[in-house]
Amino acid sequence: MALSGLDIFKLLPKTNCGECGVPTCMAFAMKIAQKKAELSSCPYASEEAKAALGAASEPPVRRVKIGGGGGLEVGGETVLFRHEKTFFHPTGIGLEIRTSQGEEKTREDIRQLESYQVDRVGEVLKANLFFISHDSEDKAALLRTISLVKESSTKGLIIDCPQEEALREGLELLPGDRPAIYLRRPLAEKDIEMAKAINASLVITASSHQDLAEQTEKARTGGLTNLILNCPGEGLAGGIQNNAILRRSALKKSFKPFGFPLFARIADEDGFQSLAASAALLCKYASIIILPRFDKALLYTLFTLRQNIYTDPQKPIQVDPKVYAIGDPTPDSPVFVTTNFSLTYFIVSGEIENSGTSAHLVVCDTEGQSVLTAWAGGKFVPEKIAKFIKDIKLEEKVNTRKIVIPGFVAQISGELEEKLPGWEVIVGCQEAADIPSFVKSVKLA
Amino acid sequence: MSFEIPRETNPGKIVEVTIGATAAQGGTRSRSVTIGGSTALPFYFFEGLHPHAPVVAMEVFDRVPAKYPDSLREYYQDVLDSPGEMARRCVDDFGAEMVSVRLEGTHPEKGNRSAEEAVEVVKAVLAAVDVPLIITGHSHFEKNNEVMRKVCESTAGENCLINYVETNNYKTIAAACLAYHHALVAQTPIDVNMAKQLNILLADMSFPQDRLVMDPLTGALGYGLEYSYSIMERIRNDGLAGDRMLAFPMLITPGVECAKVKESRAAEKDYPSWGDEKRRGAYWEIATAMSLLLAGADLLIMDHPRAVEVVRKQIAEMFHSTKEEGRGSLRT
Repeated sequence: MALSGLDIFKLLPKTNCGECGVPTCMAFAMKIAQKKAELSSCPYASEEAKAALGAASEPPVRRVKIGGGGGLEVGGETVLFRHEKTFFHPTGIGLEIRTSQGEEKTREDIRQLESYQVDRVGEVLKANLFFISHDSEDKAALLRTISLVKESSTKGLIIDCPQEEALREGLELLPGDRPAIYLRRPLAEKDIEMAKAINASLVITASSHQDLAEQTEKARTGGLTNLILNCPGEGLAGGIQNNAILRRSALKKSFKPFGFPLFARIADEDGFQSLAASAALLCKYASIIILPRFDKALLYTLFTLRQNIYTDPQKPIQVDPKVYAIGDPTPDSPVFVTTNFSLTYFIVSGEIENSGTSAHLVVCDTEGQSVLTAWAGGKFVPEKIAKFIKDIKLEEKVNTRKIVIPGFVAQISGELEEKLPGWEVIVGCQEAADIPSFVKSVKLA
Repeated sequence: MSFEIPRETNPGKIVEVTIGATAAQGGTRSRSVTIGGSTALPFYFFEGLHPHAPVVAMEVFDRVPAKYPDSLREYYQDVLDSPGEMARRCVDDFGAEMVSVRLEGTHPEKGNRSAEEAVEVVKAVLAAVDVPLIITGHSHFEKNNEVMRKVCESTAGENCLINYVETNNYKTIAAACLAYHHALVAQTPIDVNMAKQLNILLADMSFPQDRLVMDPLTGALGYGLEYSYSIMERIRNDGLAGDRMLAFPMLITPGVECAKVKESRAAEKDYPSWGDEKRRGAYWEIATAMSLLLAGADLLIMDHPRAVEVVRKQIAEMFHSTKEEGRGSLRT
């Protein structure tokens, strides 16, 4: 169980030396309790304190790393619902490669996934993993596939190989690469030793909760905590419920055997079913999702969902403050101003587009706040808007001298005109949905 | 180490709302549809009841929406101007369990059709299909009130779902629903407190609880989905925890929201990294629908036939696999 700030305070030296960077031991204890500081910052912590806090500060869901530099860290989650705080480590998305599929297809799969990355709202979205499934008897095919991936990719690697000798030889090709080993059968002592020897993690599969708990206990007892859990159940409903049960057990009951990231491998149906299952599991705690085939449209959709679900609800996504071209604007097209809260930007730009008008959209830096919040917080005020418009040299980019502000900040129009000599400020509509009718009713440029 | 499933029993239960009326119930529908009734989080069959599976409706309209996507046009091209025909296609060919009639063409700036014309459209759809109807209006208060009042009156007995009222404009339409016995959607902009407040206002009018559906407003994938998702999760959690003013079934609108989004419809040749636009159009709607189903959606208004097929199949499989084995396919 987590210790309270007061519990932690009792374990500290109570000298208020400040060497940890926090003025008092009490404040430091509070920070540890909120997981904003670690005991290791205190040079005088007793062994007793370390032991007590070590057990208590073990995260309810372990962080597990797969791969080296370009690899993936998953887990470390602390809440069941993103609105309670946030989800921390976005789901790793991977592609399955079967060793029976032939070298040509394997090369093509690797090339496609490796080269696929896309910018969305200022974030680079890409896949994180390859999952090699050894479904032939041909050891050479496994070794070849591993080599091919290693040659051209820094993504994490998960290997599913039921043949022990082939697996050992395969892993020898990956020194220092922290692969994950996917087990089709129940965990054995030798698996623990093998994983520990090369710092690999294990994906443990079980069809019942009890079986899964026993296997992870065995691994933990054997000193291995880089575990990933796979408890698929029957159909999508089984997967969702198992994930919910495992995660709730870990977070609400401190049930250590289930305090690990969760795994999902998507069956090879058509892309539509694959996407539906992936989307549902992404929302319900899957830290790793392995897709059966490369499909750009599917990946793009799933990346976008991952971006949405893993956005910190307290830190809205921002778009870059600058002038955005909506449609195909010319220097004579109208100019709109708004804030850089991503949702505001999306809705406003979408509605301008819907109106059929091309326009310049000036997006001011309001630290990601929406129009009214930013105005109230002094971030979307005449002085700052005028300065931004001067900084970006808008006068040189457009011929019009009319600028449309959101209807909710009508009160700033006079002052903004004073600060922007030569410009006429037009008060727009309050709701973005009304932009299409607004542009019809007012001459804007 | 022995493990026991941590089951949570919720004090609350989501209200059951029935839409549509058969001849025996005073209408002309072949069957009615019931949503709600859950006592646990969506698809958590292991700790509660879900007596009714979420329902998928499809949408027809009195005016083809501006920028109607090509990916949908190919399914409806020949019937876009005929709401009755389009409704029949949605039900017979695409499996719609309900039909929403969107009366956007009555908006003063979008055609300004009269209330009488709207009634004709609704009647044509009622005659063409025998599933329960949703009647969807718009944000022009004055005109919408006039249209909805007439539509409510002329469909008396059918127990339609009238979509929607909002905080600044609910009395006229709610009164019409009371008078002519229809169910009602209370729409609020992605905010738990505003949702609750509107439900309380409606309760103050003695609007019956078992005829009320909430629409917390759908943000499409990539366009505010995360806000809708979290607001819906909070509303559902609060409803199950016993807040009766939040314990209503929830409506979402992935169809119309995704159709607006450039990323769901732009061609691959212009945006190569977005992938094939034909599949992407359906994918966008599927991802929006599936994630919001997990957040608590009970009724979905969708557009893309392929997305409808896939989402209905997923819902059916999830309900089937778990009903057969009681507590579901979970082995402890």
